[in-house]
Amino acid sequence: MDFTPLFKPKTIAVIGVSLSNDRHPANVIYNKIHLRYPVKVYPVNPRGGRLQRDTVYTGIAEIPTRIDLAVIAARAEFVPDIMESCIQNDVGSATVISGGFSEIGREDLQNRLVAIARKANFPFIGPNCLGIYAPARFDTFFLPGERLVRPDPGRVAIISQSGGVLVDQMVKFAGQGVGLSLAVSIGNKALIRELDLLTYLATDPGTSVITFYVEGFEKNEGRTFVQAAAEVPKPIIVLKAGKTAEGSRAVSSHTASLAGDYRVFSEVLAQHGIAEARNEFEMVSFCESLSCYQKPVEGKVGIITVSGGHGALATDVCSAYGLTIPRLSEDNQQHIRQQLSPSVQPIASLSNPVDLTGSATDDDFVAAAGGLSSAPEIDCVIILLLPYSPGISSDLGARLSYVYHREGKPLVAYVPHQEKYRMLIEGFELNNVPVSSSIDGAVLMVEALRRCRPC
Amino acid sequence: MLNNEMQGILHGSQEAGWVLEPEAKRLLSLAGIQVPRFSWATTLREATDSAANIQYPLVAKIVSPKIIHKSDAGGVTVGIKDKTRLVDTFNRYSTFEGFAGILIEEMVTGLELIVGAKIDYQFGPVVLLGIGGTGVEIYQDTVIRMAPITATDVRSMVNGLKGKRLLTGYRGSDPVDSEQLTRLMIRFSRLLMDLEDQIESIDLNPVKCTGDQCIVADARIMLKPKTS
Repeated sequence: MDFTPLFKPKTIAVIGVSLSNDRHPANVIYNKIHLRYPVKVYPVNPRGGRLQRDTVYTGIAEIPTRIDLAVIAARAEFVPDIMESCIQNDVGSATVISGGFSEIGREDLQNRLVAIARKANFPFIGPNCLGIYAPARFDTFFLPGERLVRPDPGRVAIISQSGGVLVDQMVKFAGQGVGLSLAVSIGNKALIRELDLLTYLATDPGTSVITFYVEGFEKNEGRTFVQAAAEVPKPIIVLKAGKTAEGSRAVSSHTASLAGDYRVFSEVLAQHGIAEARNEFEMVSFCESLSCYQKPVEGKVGIITVSGGHGALATDVCSAYGLTIPRLSEDNQQHIRQQLSPSVQPIASLSNPVDLTGSATDDDFVAAAGGLSSAPEIDCVIILLLPYSPGISSDLGARLSYVYHREGKPLVAYVPHQEKYRMLIEGFELNNVPVSSSIDGAVLMVEALRRCRPC
Repeated sequence: MLNNEMQGILHGSQEAGWVLEPEAKRLLSLAGIQVPRFSWATTLREATDSAANIQYPLVAKIVSPKIIHKSDAGGVTVGIKDKTRLVDTFNRYSTFEGFAGILIEEMVTGLELIVGAKIDYQFGPVVLLGIGGTGVEIYQDTVIRMAPITATDVRSMVNGLKGKRLLTGYRGSDPVDSEQLTRLMIRFSRLLMDLEDQIESIDLNPVKCTGDQCIVADARIMLKPKTS
């Protein structure tokens, strides 16, 4: 199945626009594509007529060009016929926004769609979904453009069974500066499911991190999914909903009782190196971190701070996640100390956490980060930055990113997110060093790299 | 691959819905998994004869298709020292519902682990390793992997247990023979792949492990309910 017309369409038909109701989902979709995106879009309604000043086509056959993607937002019972006509007219793909299928017990109608599509090898997303959001290219969300919070184009793809969760994640991505390559709400996932999109995204050059919000898999589908995921070199993140055990189902063996659905899900994911985000907060931190670094770590953390308290807090959070803070060897401590500025040299404490004190300058940070990154006992570094510290400049992010490029050990930073510190933060982010607004978030960024490691 | 005898055991257990312990142990031993020396006696005479063979002290357990949880039903007696005790036990068990004999076996000691399997709806066959015994559901110290597993998986499973120091040697006790444990786990995983279509779950609990062996002291194989 060719997904190119689905995710990279040049021509789109929106089927089911209303001639009288501007707020009809199809109209919202038509308007936003028409006004904002670099694709050609055609409205379709069997009654024809005009929508604002544009011709409304009475059917797919009437449109003068070949359509890559049909966005279908008509009543459920009409959808099978519409899909047939799309196929007859050589349309490349469809997104079925309409509800009224298996989610209300109309499996028959949904099965008909799948049968029609399978026979013609015709890709479609949905039904009962928001569809596709491809930053700066197009989207099929029936949410008015001015209400959407739009993350920047970037490297993270997100696939979600729930449209609501998807849009909400996009809000959080935008807030944290996580860039998006593609967002797909798959709804009832009648034809195209997680595994199909995993396979597509695995070779999509625009995507470095693949994330899923999953409620559940079909029989043995999870098995196929994790086996495929284990072969994908890109980091994969899964957020699972429905973790609580279903009632007190009587089980006659200890294993059946101990290996509940969620525990199996969680441990099998870990076995295959898929990072399970346990909540939304983890999800955003993981995305931010893994979009910068794709290589897993064991979790031997070096910490650089200008405040003993911050070092201690970060150490506590690391320990809670089972990350270690190895003591730096005397030789390595000596090596770092020699490079520190004269005012810091006698007072810094270097055993790890490395406390450079409030007198630290950019040069001291660079020396400490270089020293930790070259130490074999450390495989990643957390930098806790207090931007009100007088010796720190907004060049620091860029300079620390060179340390990463030289040594290859991931660096993550904590900087309080205040507008005042924006330039300092961007110095990190624009140089591909992830920055969290909290200590816990910075530790989670490291935890993300560890959770990608198959266990 | 399941041989004819294994197939036969599974077939014969269908009505009960689970495999009686002596047959489960026979099945395991056919798969190369170590079980205690045991005998399934249906008469008092058989019981005393095989007891003399296996030698006292020994363990006796009720065999009944009606009794899945033997300990809960008072159907497990350990440390039977002589014939008199054995006769008492036999007579007591013979009044139990569904009595189909008693299982007599040698006493084995060691660290109690649980090795389990389940056919998960989403992920198919999975194996479980944990700290076993009767408190297994209280401690809940277990690790799960999708089957089939490798030796590397077994190592990481042991590392994933909170109680792993119990296995690696704690306060002067011998470490559990990791090679034996790995062999058991891998043979069990292989057997599981062969049983995938026929079973629902398996408990080997406890598996008793010492510095030189891992023996399955109790086994429960729950079959997949027949689809009507």
